Amino acid sequence: MGSGDDFVIAGETFDSRLILGTGGATNHAVLADAITESGTGLVTVALRRIDPQAPGTLLDVLDKTGVRLLPNTAGCYTAVEAVKLAHLAREAFDTSWIKLEVIGDSDTLLPDAVELVAAAERLVDDGFTVLPYAGDDPVLARRLADLGCAAVMPLGAPIGSGMGIRNPYNIALIREAVSVPVILDAGIGTASDAAFAMELGCDGVLLASAVTRAERPGEMAAAMRHAVIAGRLAYRAGRIARRLYATASSPTEGMPAW
Amino acid sequence: MDLTVNGEHRTLPGPASVADLVRELTHRGTGVAVAVNGEVVPRSAWTTTAVNAQDAIEILTAVQGG
Repeated sequence: MGSGDDFVIAGETFDSRLILGTGGATNHAVLADAITESGTGLVTVALRRIDPQAPGTLLDVLDKTGVRLLPNTAGCYTAVEAVKLAHLAREAFDTSWIKLEVIGDSDTLLPDAVELVAAAERLVDDGFTVLPYAGDDPVLARRLADLGCAAVMPLGAPIGSGMGIRNPYNIALIREAVSVPVILDAGIGTASDAAFAMELGCDGVLLASAVTRAERPGEMAAAMRHAVIAGRLAYRAGRIARRLYATASSPTEGMPAW
Repeated sequence: MDLTVNGEHRTLPGPASVADLVRELTHRGTGVAVAVNGEVVPRSAWTTTAVNAQDAIEILTAVQGG
């Protein structure tokens, strides 16, 4: 932002507090437009078997946008699988940054806290910059930060659900519990959800489906860009206290007598 | 020589390196990772790493996700 309010993860400064997941876009052109409109400098990718029939490569598209890649371990259900995939990602993309996902349930895609901590410990030891996708548990967040994760990424609601932030109190507590960046990851449905995350004190927002599966992804990406900026400004500006009764904003003195 | 590449059975006519198998699938040098029998093979070792019968080889790249 250039106003002494830098978004820094592991010593890297980002102009935008929005991180865009690339999953769900109908084609590469739509994705490229969404990336540009979102203003993001960091996008996630998954690692899968090469499909020689795939039309064009995602990496060529991402190279053109100039964004930094954040590979993920999506699809992993154990720490062992996630650690292995993280090492392959580091080899493929020449980055030690990893969005660590270890899923515990195929219906909700909720993270498995036990496997997540085990994988995070191992990857931190192996020199990775670990950004773990976690439940919205402040104690777990502190454990992840204490073992050396570069950020914590609590969910607002299940991946792709668009349910928004179901437990805002926990998100606010997580912000208090750790000193590393807190990035709200998953559950965002629309711009007000992203703004709300930032108003709660999150340092950034990671979202994918809300943009890529919107009717007009480019427009939603622009909405998210503005929402994250607005929410951050509102958080820093300091909101007024909530009151049960009205407080007149016009003076009560000087009213005419009829 | 029979082996498995990305879950598909393959029969190779003669000796081959990891680099040979990668080249069949992509011409990208970066953005690709290889594991042989679950172990990562660094890009710098692709040309010098021979594949063997019964090997299970995974050749991965970036897809949309996350």
